Amino acid sequence: MSNSERVLLSGDEAGALAARHAGVALGTGYPGTPSTEILEYFSEIGGHAQWAPNEKVALEVALGAAFAGARAIAAMKHVGLNVAADPLFTATYTGVTGALIVVSADDPGMASSQNEQDNRHYAVAAGVPMLEPSDSQETYDLTLQAVEISERWKIPVLLRLTTRVCHSKTIVHPRGANPPPRTPNFERDIRGRVMIPAYARPAGRRLRQKLSEIQVWNEACRLNRVIDGDKSLGIITSGISYMHVREAAPQASVLKLAFTYPLPLERIRAFAAGVNRCLVIEEGDPYLADAIRAAGVKVESKPEMYRFGELNVARVRRILTSDTSPEPASVPGKPPQLCPGCSHRYVFEALHKLDCIVAGDIGCYTLGVLPPFEAMDSCVCMGASIGVGLGLRHVLPPEQARRVVSVIGDSTFVHGGITGLVEMVYNPPPTGHVLLILDNSTTAMTGHQEHPGTGRTLEHEPTGKVSFEDLARSLGIENVHVADPSTDPGGFVALLRDCLANDQLNVIVARRPCLLIAGKIKEYDRAAAQTCTEALTEES
Amino acid sequence: MNDRVTNIVIAGLGGQGVLKASGIVADAAFRAGFDVKQSELHGMSQRGGSVSSDVRFGREVFSPMVPAGEADFLVVVAADQVEVNRHQLRPGGVLIVPDAVDATKLTNKKSFNVALLGVLSRHLDIAEAVWLDAIRAALPEKLHAANLQAFALGRKGV
Repeated sequence: MSNSERVLLSGDEAGALAARHAGVALGTGYPGTPSTEILEYFSEIGGHAQWAPNEKVALEVALGAAFAGARAIAAMKHVGLNVAADPLFTATYTGVTGALIVVSADDPGMASSQNEQDNRHYAVAAGVPMLEPSDSQETYDLTLQAVEISERWKIPVLLRLTTRVCHSKTIVHPRGANPPPRTPNFERDIRGRVMIPAYARPAGRRLRQKLSEIQVWNEACRLNRVIDGDKSLGIITSGISYMHVREAAPQASVLKLAFTYPLPLERIRAFAAGVNRCLVIEEGDPYLADAIRAAGVKVESKPEMYRFGELNVARVRRILTSDTSPEPASVPGKPPQLCPGCSHRYVFEALHKLDCIVAGDIGCYTLGVLPPFEAMDSCVCMGASIGVGLGLRHVLPPEQARRVVSVIGDSTFVHGGITGLVEMVYNPPPTGHVLLILDNSTTAMTGHQEHPGTGRTLEHEPTGKVSFEDLARSLGIENVHVADPSTDPGGFVALLRDCLANDQLNVIVARRPCLLIAGKIKEYDRAAAQTCTEALTEES
Repeated sequence: MNDRVTNIVIAGLGGQGVLKASGIVADAAFRAGFDVKQSELHGMSQRGGSVSSDVRFGREVFSPMVPAGEADFLVVVAADQVEVNRHQLRPGGVLIVPDAVDATKLTNKKSFNVALLGVLSRHLDIAEAVWLDAIRAALPEKLHAANLQAFALGRKGV
């Protein structure tokens, strides 16, 4: 690879390119803005990438690959790591034989999310080393580093990105690569990987031992660096905030942290001691500031108002002058809406018409909350529509309970709705329930990714397909209907009305492929049919 | 090459090719040898809502986002998005609005975004051949002719 090679890549693409150069054998995850393009690009450049039903499964698959000695990456958005938190907290105990990189793409400012949780806390809580890049070059470099750290200490590594790093395109010089990966081979390690209490107790101590070794290493680590400047102002920063800081305070001395857990506290202490005023500038929660102060280092941190939303150059300038005056109100743009002709429109018209109480979920159809429909009463997390709908049904007076409908999309149903459906069968409310699965045959919101209900892999190749109606029937749901609300809106209203009135368990699959992808789906089907015909011809 | 960073904001509605246009600008600046950063937010972008994207290029660029009130150029693809984005422009900055191009002269109406880039290109120190390469690289071959025509229309001016 020549040193002169330069490419313009998003952070997501740069991470995927590094994963490819690092010899990552398997990339898995669940689509979620701003992380989706990592696996899509990894696949595009020849990597083995696959969508899992959800992030928990993805992380478990990646962990299995890493147990076998391979290098694996699990990519997800910040809230996805909540779903994957269960395996994460014990994967740090078991450790890995190969490399395991967990990518958390956080969304400060909530460009496309339901909260702005700061996943740096997960690094501390689970005891997982964390790297935070500031641009695409660093995402590339730190992905390679993450593989190295993971293999050296046999521990998962968290690569924490944010929306602006994921989706900004910046120049990357692809440089260096890791030594070739080992050939996967099963080596039994019962005490290391079977986390019964007797084996987990020493594993917890091993984890802390690894972390203290890593902290010592991090004190001298070249991934963290000082930009020498005026000693009157020192700024400690990480991630995208570093870029805003360099622009807003070009004269300041800067300690730029890239390896942010376990923190190099002595290095930080020395930096703070060398400047007159030391300020921590970070997006989101005061993660760095709290940890640094807890270590007894005196630093200033941003005023509370800057916890919310993204930072930018203007906000960093305000933080530098401790300006807490109200910020200029942003001019509201045009909100997104359901596409003209979208079949979800007919569903929300029906829900509005029947004055339903709608427990909603996450996807394009969440836009049903906006005028003219205003037909959604809750939206919490992936799959919550079913549990929340059942809870409402259990306690509301019967005349209100009979208006409750759970509305969930196809990909979201596979991700987090199946166990809710089991709950519905197991603990049915006295008034029954109505579950509406809006099946547009794609994960539309994040840019049309495949899922187990489409019967196509990440690369749009045919594979096993989960049938929602068969699944519901097999679980013992009394009434299972499949309807296309866009071809018969009146019939759909009548069906919904009947289901609401029958005091039984009802699943309605409202099926119509997303308009934006219908043409592509036909192409995939044609290609699959062609491959099938060719295979038959070859056999005969 | 001087130290000044050139700041461009491209705005419009989902489906108008705002991100495609900013990608072409970023690639043209990249091909011309500048440091460049392009920033955008997707997710809700296909649902017809407001979309905007920042491109910054120069000797060295730090933040990927154009600070409000510091855009040298504001290119707006949808007439009703001009006021929403006007605060991005610096005093004396150049505003390029849909009226800058006669859309009836386009071979393909969907190339309107690229026609506005033609207008923008008149103000930037990037060679025409570089722009054409960036346009070809961003689009499938069957769309090249229509988009090169659109670019030429904008670049020529009224």
